[in-house]
Amino acid sequence: MTDKKKNNNKKASPRRSISIGLITLLILIVYAYGFQVTKVNLEELKNETRQSSLQRVIRALANPDLIEYDQLEQVVNFPILTPCQPDGLLPSAPVHDGDEPFMVINPGCAEPESTIQVEGYNFGANRTGSVRFVPGNDPTSILSLGKEVTETDDDGYFKLTMPLPDRPNDEVQYIRTTISTNVGSPYLTKTATDTWEKIIETVFLALLATTFGTFLAVPLSFLAARNLMKPVRSPLTSISLSLIGWSLGIALGYIIVRWIGNLSSYLNLYPLLDLLAVVLVIILVWFGMRWAMPQAETSTPGRGLKFLRTLVMLACLLVGFFGLFELARLTISVGKGLIPALGSFGFLGNFMFQVGDMVLILTSALGALAAGGAVSSALSRIGLQLTEKLPAARLKLINFILAPFAVSIILILGGLLVEWLYQIGNPVVYLWGPLITGIVIGLIMAAFSKGKDALPTGMVIYTITRSFLNGLRSMEPLVMAIVFVIAVGIGPFAGVMALGLHTIVSLGKLYSEQVESIMTGPVEAVTATGANRLQTIIYGVVPQIVPPYISYTMYRWDINVRMSTIIGFVGGGGIGFLLQQNIRLLNYRGASAQMLAIAVVVASMDYVSSVLRERTV
Amino acid sequence: MLQIRNLTKIYEGGVKALDDVSFDVPDGQFLAVIGLSGSGKSTLLRCINRLIEPTDGQILWDGMDITKASQEEMRQIRRKIGMVFQHFNLVNRSKVITNVLAGRLGYVNPVWSFMNRFPKEDIEKAMQKMERVGIEEKAMDRADQLSGGQQQRVGIARALMQDPELILADEPVASLDPVLAHSIMKHLEDINKLDGVTVMCSLHFLDLVHHYADQAVALNEGKLVFEGLPKEIDDERFKEIYGRDAERIG
Repeated sequence: MTDKKKNNNKKASPRRSISIGLITLLILIVYAYGFQVTKVNLEELKNETRQSSLQRVIRALANPDLIEYDQLEQVVNFPILTPCQPDGLLPSAPVHDGDEPFMVINPGCAEPESTIQVEGYNFGANRTGSVRFVPGNDPTSILSLGKEVTETDDDGYFKLTMPLPDRPNDEVQYIRTTISTNVGSPYLTKTATDTWEKIIETVFLALLATTFGTFLAVPLSFLAARNLMKPVRSPLTSISLSLIGWSLGIALGYIIVRWIGNLSSYLNLYPLLDLLAVVLVIILVWFGMRWAMPQAETSTPGRGLKFLRTLVMLACLLVGFFGLFELARLTISVGKGLIPALGSFGFLGNFMFQVGDMVLILTSALGALAAGGAVSSALSRIGLQLTEKLPAARLKLINFILAPFAVSIILILGGLLVEWLYQIGNPVVYLWGPLITGIVIGLIMAAFSKGKDALPTGMVIYTITRSFLNGLRSMEPLVMAIVFVIAVGIGPFAGVMALGLHTIVSLGKLYSEQVESIMTGPVEAVTATGANRLQTIIYGVVPQIVPPYISYTMYRWDINVRMSTIIGFVGGGGIGFLLQQNIRLLNYRGASAQMLAIAVVVASMDYVSSVLRERTV
Repeated sequence: MLQIRNLTKIYEGGVKALDDVSFDVPDGQFLAVIGLSGSGKSTLLRCINRLIEPTDGQILWDGMDITKASQEEMRQIRRKIGMVFQHFNLVNRSKVITNVLAGRLGYVNPVWSFMNRFPKEDIEKAMQKMERVGIEEKAMDRADQLSGGQQQRVGIARALMQDPELILADEPVASLDPVLAHSIMKHLEDINKLDGVTVMCSLHFLDLVHHYADQAVALNEGKLVFEGLPKEIDDERFKEIYGRDAERIG
């Protein structure tokens, strides 16, 4: 046995060393090419000018522009003769009081281009300043020569030697020392206050994006969960009817809700009237729904009662949408009124105004979607009943009519989208083509599916949702921000939209994977009680996914804070805008202040979210 | 009367879990289903309320064929069939009372149940059922804070909420110690004898079968190998059901 092993090893070893050698060579080649492609060049680092600029930038970065003092300039002029006068007289030194700064130069006269010694007393302690030669007989002249820099010690004393320029003059000329000192208490710079303002904007940008994203990601995640979608199957008749129902319902719902919206705009004269309408609507809908949807029923209701209930529910829905419009208009007018009334808390009024506006915009979409859902679910239920009751042959006949209709509607909608995108302007492309293709596909589907077979609708929806999530997820928020900057203008709102959209798709995927990994036992148990699919999700799935959902949301909020710091680079608001501006202006001390703010926020966010995650899970 | 006719289940991949099984369960009977692990007991029970779709055969309940029922009809049927599981299958993070109320989901209006609203009568009923199995003080606790025996009683209370005519118990005591096993079996017996609910219960221990069951059926590799009174299972029968190498333990 051992012999055999030895033999094997012996045989394998040359081959193994060759292959290891080849692999090493390959890796070397890969990295060599990598160096070539990424232009790795350390020679550049040794370049002196680069080094000095690097030093300058790093020093600026190490000194963020956060606080400053008011500056007091101490200027002292001291007369000097250059060259020395033949009479040997020196100009008289200026008089000074005990505490005032003064200077002494030695010698008092000298030839041009010779060196003199300058000493200063009583200047601000530990400051830097300049010592210059002022040509011409004018101590107030702003013209000065030289590049001497000096530093005072703890007592405000300095001493240096400086060369005199080649400026001979018979008149008295001057040596000027300028030292500026800080006075008063330090205060925040403009950069610091701007940074503060923008970092707050950044944090809230991330907050809003995460909130919006989470709300929409939750329903999407259910559609993208394989274990929930796989059992969803429905027969072709029902699918076709439901597709027709969606398109019909959305169109119908949009028209009706628009009409209701117009109706409510007539009422929008007095806020009090709006308030009355809202209260009335709430009461009406509450009682209507209570009556139409009893909590539990022992006997199945008769057909007449059922019809009446459906009518009441429909009426409730219409009235409810009216109420929603009224509520939106009420919040808008109240918010508008509150902006000036609340003074510095006017943002609360603005919040109401914006929320009202959002509800106003969303209500139409919501109405359209609700109507679409309602019509399609009603029609698909009819489809199911037809499938159960009718003989297969008759069903096939119905499918031959419905399927082409449904498929061509969807394809024509797709065609209209293509037309909108590419503006082809040829009805063959966006109308007749899809129509005929749809009819053909529908006919083929009707011909090949046995009428009673249930098709895997759930998996189709799953695949579409997944591809949608994956497609959008691969687009960086920065790229999305560019699109939204065009849609809603430069500013933080564009950033909110871009980050929000990215949050939806990435959380949708993460969430759906959590749904896929739940325990099946509770779901099975809830199904066994006779609960319907939605009830099963709410009672069997949702309680299980709450902790991972919270933890992922926290994580995303963390990511969004980090992303929002650079989303401003493309005009998406937040601190990135300032940062980029300062970098472009070569104001590295400013940029440093913003980097510091980002670091502080990201670090503290990380800490807070880890604490919260620990608590909730 | 529950009639199983030629029931067959072949899983994807060709495993034959049930092979042409037929037997009758009269109303009010306590039927024990015995057999080795993997003999098809769980599949049989789950075919009855169609948590698993049978491949072939019929399940007639009061003359109605369960295997042909539509989705909506199946919901109506399921709410009359309570189910108790080996691993209790409670929603761990929910309160005990929520778990118990889940038994009413087939009855209540879905829209209200989405908002966790249950009628007053149902909540009272839940309290009664929890009292009956002795866990009323735990109503507001989280389900995963209860011990195994208590969790299984929550499972029974949930099944009772359905006003069941039939209870399917899938090895209800296999995860519990023997003392607790008897207390759980007593509750099932109680429901069977006092309320007249038919009980189909898969069991491992013959001791429990002798003690509680009116009738027993045995499965081996998906085939029905025994149908009769529990006391008829002598050593010879035992070897037929469990195989040559099996030894009786209790």
